[in-house]
Formats: sequence, C-alpha cells, structure tokens
Amino acid sequence: MKPRDDWKAAALQAAGVPADYDEPVDVVPYRFDGPTLSEPDRRDVLKVLGAGLMIAVAADAAAGRATGEEPPRRGRGGPGGRGAASVAARVHLGEDGTGTVLTGKVECGQGARAELAQAAAEELRVPFDAVRLVMGDTDSVPDDGGTYGSLTTPMTVPAVRLGCASARALLVAAAARRWGVDASEVVVAEGKASAGSKPGESLAYAEMARDPDAARAMSATLPERVELASADAWKTMGTSIPKPTGRSIVTGTHEYPSDVVRPGMLYGRVLRAPSYGATLKSVDLAPARSMPGVVVARDGPFVGVAAPTSAKAAEALAAIAKTAEWDVPPPKTSSAALFDHLRANAQGGLPDRPPHEEGAKALRASYEVSYIQHCPMETRVAVAEWEGDRLTVWVGTQVPFNVRGETARAFGLAEDRVRVVVPDFGGGFGGKHSGEYAVEAARLAKEAGKPTRVAWTRAEEFAWAQFRPAGAIEMEASLDADGAIATWRHINVNSGPGSVRTPYRVGKSDCRFLPSDAPLRHGSYRALASTANTFAREAFMDELAALAGADPLAFRLGLIAEPRLRDALAEAASRFGWEGRSKAREPGKGVGLACGLDKGGFVACCVAVTVDEAEGRVKVDHVCEVFECGKVINPDNLRAQVEGAVVMGLGPALFEAVEFADGMVTNGSFRDYRVPRFADLPAIEVHPLDRPDLPSAGAGETPIIAVAPAIANAVAAATGRRCRSMPLRLEPRA
Amino acid sequence: MGAEVTVRFTVNGRERSVATDPDRTLLDVLREDLELRGAKHGCGEGICGACSVLVDGRRMNACRTAVAKAAGRSVVTIEGLADGDELHPVQRAFLELGAFQCGFCTPGMIVSAVALLDANPAPSDEEIVAGMDRNICRCCSHPRIVKAVRRAVELAEGGAR
Repeated sequence: MKPRDDWKAAALQAAGVPADYDEPVDVVPYRFDGPTLSEPDRRDVLKVLGAGLMIAVAADAAAGRATGEEPPRRGRGGPGGRGAASVAARVHLGEDGTGTVLTGKVECGQGARAELAQAAAEELRVPFDAVRLVMGDTDSVPDDGGTYGSLTTPMTVPAVRLGCASARALLVAAAARRWGVDASEVVVAEGKASAGSKPGESLAYAEMARDPDAARAMSATLPERVELASADAWKTMGTSIPKPTGRSIVTGTHEYPSDVVRPGMLYGRVLRAPSYGATLKSVDLAPARSMPGVVVARDGPFVGVAAPTSAKAAEALAAIAKTAEWDVPPPKTSSAALFDHLRANAQGGLPDRPPHEEGAKALRASYEVSYIQHCPMETRVAVAEWEGDRLTVWVGTQVPFNVRGETARAFGLAEDRVRVVVPDFGGGFGGKHSGEYAVEAARLAKEAGKPTRVAWTRAEEFAWAQFRPAGAIEMEASLDADGAIATWRHINVNSGPGSVRTPYRVGKSDCRFLPSDAPLRHGSYRALASTANTFAREAFMDELAALAGADPLAFRLGLIAEPRLRDALAEAASRFGWEGRSKAREPGKGVGLACGLDKGGFVACCVAVTVDEAEGRVKVDHVCEVFECGKVINPDNLRAQVEGAVVMGLGPALFEAVEFADGMVTNGSFRDYRVPRFADLPAIEVHPLDRPDLPSAGAGETPIIAVAPAIANAVAAATGRRCRSMPLRLEPRA
Repeated sequence: MGAEVTVRFTVNGRERSVATDPDRTLLDVLREDLELRGAKHGCGEGICGACSVLVDGRRMNACRTAVAKAAGRSVVTIEGLADGDELHPVQRAFLELGAFQCGFCTPGMIVSAVALLDANPAPSDEEIVAGMDRNICRCCSHPRIVKAVRRAVELAEGGAR
C-alpha cells in the first residue's frame, strides 16, 4: 500500500469496518444484444465546471472495459472506492473564488452534502457558502465507493479533507514563492493567503486558479503528508450547518430524480411477472402498438412500453399484460413457513448439540426476524437519454459507479460511454444498491429514440426491490457458578454476519452466520444484520439476566469489556432513570434497555411501553437513546439521524413484515404494510455524546440497532411473556 | 381512458386550461403538463400524502383525484404557498427546524400542515398528530415535523407574513 493510502486502512479499522467490507446486492442480469463492446475513449476535459483549475478527472473517474460476466460487487479500491489521485480530481478552484468539491458519494437525506462541504470549507479555510459540491456524477467525480456502510464520515470526509488541505498547501506555497517568505509564515483564512511580514499582500484561490504553475501542481498526485485542521481549531466542522438544499426542499423546487424531465421525454413501464421466477411464454404486443404515440420494446425476457404520459403508459402496459402467459415455477416457501425453510436449509446445518456440558445452568432460544422493505418515499426512478452510443442516466442510487458498470454491461458498452448522474434523491436506507431501473429506462429510450423515464410504482417497489433478509437466529448460553457466561452460541441463519459477535465477556464462544436458501431477492438495509443480531443478543441477555437473578443493567455492565459501550449504556440508564423506573410495578407497563455497537458507533436505548394484553397491542411511550460516534461533525444532523433511526426502528420492531405466498408479496402497499406514522410517536430523547478525542464514525445506521430489543425487553417486563420475533407478535391474552 | 377534453381550473392563482384525458390524475397533469413538480408521487394509493395539494382550500391526494374533478376549482400546490421570496410561515418553520431529511415528503407535509392550521389555527399536539397522520415520512422526521407545525403557529401569530 502506498503511504498516502495508509490513512484508509487506519480509518476503516477505527470505524470497525473490515477492509473487504461490502454490502449484499442481488443484481438483475439484464443483457441486451448490442454492438460488440465499444472501446473506451478517455475524455480528459470536463465542461461542466466552468473556468479555472480543472484537470484530468477522467483518468480517475473513467473506467476500463466492462467485460466480466459477473459485475464487480463494489467499486474498485475497497469500501472507500478508488478516490481521487490528484488534488484536481477532488477540488476545482474557480476564478470566481468558489471551490467546487467533487465526490462520488450521494445525498439521500442523511446529510452527506452538508457534512462533506463542511469538511472542504474547513480545510480550504473558506466560508461554507463558498463551497459547491458535485455529487454522484460519474463523468466528473472520483469513485468514492457506494454511499453505504456509514462510510462517508470515516472514509470520504478524510478524503475530501486531504484533497482540500492539499489545495490549501499549494496556495501557501504559491504565496510563499511570490513573496519570498517561508511557507510557515503564510496563513490562509477566508480563502486568502497572507503573511505577517507582507502587510497588505494577499493571494486568493481565485488568483491561483489563473496560475499555470498551480495548475500543474493540482494535477500531480496528492502529496503524502498534509496537515489537517485539528479538531480544537475547527470552525465549520463541528457546527450545525443546515442542509444547503433546505430552501429548495420547502418550496418544492428541489429536483429529485423523479423530477428530471428531458426534451421529448416518454414515460416508461415494464411488464412484471405475476410471481418470482416466472418466465414469459407469450405476449401479444399489438394492443399497445396500436395506440398512438406508444412505443413497445421486447428484448428477451424484457417487455416494456413508453408513452407521452404516464397514464398512457399504464394503459398500454395493462393492455398487453392481459395477454401475457407465464410459466410459473413452484414457490420455494411462503412467509407462513419461512423460518422452518430457512433453518432446514442453513448451509452446513445447525449444530446438533449444546456448547455446554450436560447439567449446566443453561438457556436456549430461537429468534425470528421477518423480511421487510425499505419503502423510501421516492420509488426507484431513472431517466435515460442516448446520444449515439453514449448514454446518460439520471437515477436515484447509492452506488453510481456500480450502476454505470451494470448499465454498460447490459448494452455491451465500455463504461466510459455511460454517464450516471445522481440528483439528491428521496431516500435509500441501503435499498438502492442496484441499477436495473436505469437499464430498463435505457432499453426503452433506445427503442423510442427519445429520452425515457422509468419510475417504479409503489407496488413494484414492494414486490421487486430488494428486501432486508429475514433471519432465524439460534441463541444458547450457560452460566457458571458466579453468574458469568461460561459458553455462548449465536447462530444467524440467512440474515447476515453484522454484529454477530458479542461485546460481552463470555467463555467459550461460537458466533456464526450461515447462509440459507433465500426465497426472496435480498440485499442491504440500514444497519442490515446488526439489527437482527443485536435484537436476538440483547433480548437473550435479558433472559440470561433473569436466569442469573440479576438486573438487566447490572448484568450487562458487569460483562461489557468495551468502555465506550459501557459509557453509552450507563449514560442512557442514568438519563432514563433506570434505577427507579425498573423497580416500579404498574399493570401493563414495563421498561427495557439494550445496547450495541457497529461501524464505529456505540448505542444504548431505554424504552417504556404500555401493553394492552387483551388486544395484543404495544404502545411505546418513551425512548431515551444515547449514541456516541467519536468527534461530532454536525451536531444537529447527527441528532436528526438518531431521531430518525429511533422512529424508523419502531416499524420493524412492532409491525413491519413482508408477507408472501405463491411466489408473490401479498401485502405490497402502504395500506397493508404499516410503517411508523405520527400516531406511533413516543416521547423521544436523544443524547449524542461528543468525543473530540476520537475519530469521527458514521451515524446513519447504528442508532437503529438497539430500538427493537429494548422494546422487546420492555414488553417482557410488562407482561412476563417473552416475544422472540421482529416484528413483535404478542398474541392477545384470553 | 377517455377522449381528450379541455379542463379549466386555477392553479396557484393562475387560470390554466389543459387538453387532457379527464381520467388522468390531477397529480399527473400538474407534474407532466403544467411543470409543477413540487407535489410528489409517493404511492399512487392516496395513503402517503406526498402528493397533497389544496383544492378549494381542502387537502386532497392529487394522485387519487381525477383532473376532471378539479374543473372550475382553485388548486394550490407547494409552489403557490410563498409570496414571492417570502416563505409561508409553515415553510419557514420547516426550514428553521430542519424538519426533513431527504425532503421528498416535505411538500406534502407542508401542504397538509397549511390545511390543518387553516382549519385549526391553534392545534394541540394531539390535533397536530391527528391532522398530519395521513402523511408518511420514511426518513422519520416526525418529531421535528410536529415541532415545526407548533413553530408555524407561533410564526403565524406573530403576523409572520
């Protein structure tokens, strides 16, 4: 590894993310007959950014040939992407004094746009408003990896800081040369260099932008060492800068992918199978073809229509869908039989004997976590436009470079013939990790010879988007004579390895993930398997505490080795008033707590619930959550992320579950699939802990993981009955 | 789908006339014909409220309203709330409190809050929850949205416009 990449490994380690971190995605393998693979032609100059220093981005952003049958699962260069090789690839200094920062990260509500612009402003030493951020446009930005894994903060913030600090160092060097002073004498503030011995002199970025020497230095590789602003001197980082897009959001003028309109654009729809795995036997396209203005495409298994309005497209699709005949394979299983199916097909099989000696004081329990959908408010949307054999796609995705590759492969194009542009879009939550809708729009646009938009309907989103995997989780543990955990087993079947290892001191431990035969197309989700595994572990810890005759808080505090986790738990318990409230006995009421860690973040959650046992209903009354992720970069945005995670976490804890039978989702609408609403809101207290002495980690995911187990533990405290499923299924008590 | 007719209605105070299939939704016509893309398509089922608009002052789900139903009526969309550069108190409150993350539901939330406050200028928290409960936010900014509606009450009382 080159020295200048050392920080990446260190940053990943600090964030608790393995170097080969990846998120699961199940890509739709569209392949269309096209030209034989076109040759890459490297375009070296960008036109989008205006005059100033701007060089050779294509060398970073552009790509090789899309030859492989299997798509690369992530961008080249590991979880952080390949990044920028030069200062110029990261920041463009305009002659008007603005700094345009380039990043492959995207914004879907989590606040990356403000955070990365803060990082840039901090290191350039310019006011926040002087920074413009270009995100997710593959023709002009470096590949910073997918926007997932809570990696923007630990990986991309430092990458942007390095690039911008390097630009600042160049300004310092240019000023020192010009004035004949030592570089150490030069300071940069408000976008201008000055030196104490040269009163009245200054050099601005805008002037450097016109300097050919500076241009050469900008296009050279990033320096190995560059000084970053220390946290105690931060001016912009560490402050609550609001979203730069706020005004356009509240006035309705922000342009989401679904608001992109191109000249002559048509509205496309795609024919979907009646069940998973069904193949098209025959379809009569004539009813759609006879409609004026309607374009119909059939290419292998792909059938779609495009029309001048979305209503006309829906009408055309309905006309041909009626004629379609399908070969329908037998379904693998249904939601009713799901967990038996997953356990029966666990790879390598479940262990057949306990980890402890016979006669030990032991417990065993099975937990179940349902399939759920992300259902972002904006469905999957893409607009595709061809210009000869060049394709541009505007698309809401968390993985712009992967979508570029996926789209190029589908049409046999070199990757640099495809430009993917990602406008700030309407929610991802780990769901928008693939590009089939971009491919669908592009196939229809090709047929029509006009730009074409494909916006998935809500029903398509529920049925055909990737699901968060269901899991069957087997827990088993024994206690020794002192009440310590002697043996510990945690086996996750199907949902994933995240947080499967316990943070508690245990003796012999067996923590594993076993893949299974997944009946649905599954992929990532906010915190993915950490939620399932933390749910099972934390609920089981309460069961063990009861076996040990210990208070759930004291039991945990005695076994947590990691001080940051212990601090978070102790803080949450104290803020919530655990000591008093856990001893109060009121019918139908209970309190519970849970804690966990993932991706460099530490979370603890205490909740109070009211249970109506006759109806089997649970109302969450109060949530108190503490979250710590190192030095806080944007306090208000952090708070928003944690609040949002708490409320979002109520859904899978209490009522979200995808039901399916006969190879199709049966509750695929907001009418039948309930997500958290205003009426579900508890009183929410969020306490972020700032640790200026520690590196900043991400906050988009980990705050969600402790919500469900804390609720399950509170329900058990209220009722004496242990619910071991997500969502919680409390049978009405007769 | 039927033959095209001309539908006339007022949108954000301006007379509009659209030649369209009368069965198309008001949302499609606003977005595809009138280039008013502030109201969003969230579900097409009249459940999520992202498409909320005011029709003669009443909050409607534009995704479930045939455009013919709007004939002769006055439609107000998110684009029609501000007075020039002067934001509506509800917009100001949402902006001030950062009551959004991705913001895709925000136009519908703001329009619903405007309808709520028009009908009940000083709602209790329970009334805010009941009044906003037909709108879904998946980023789950609900706690801030409730606060923003409360704040909008203050701003409106202060003669904020």
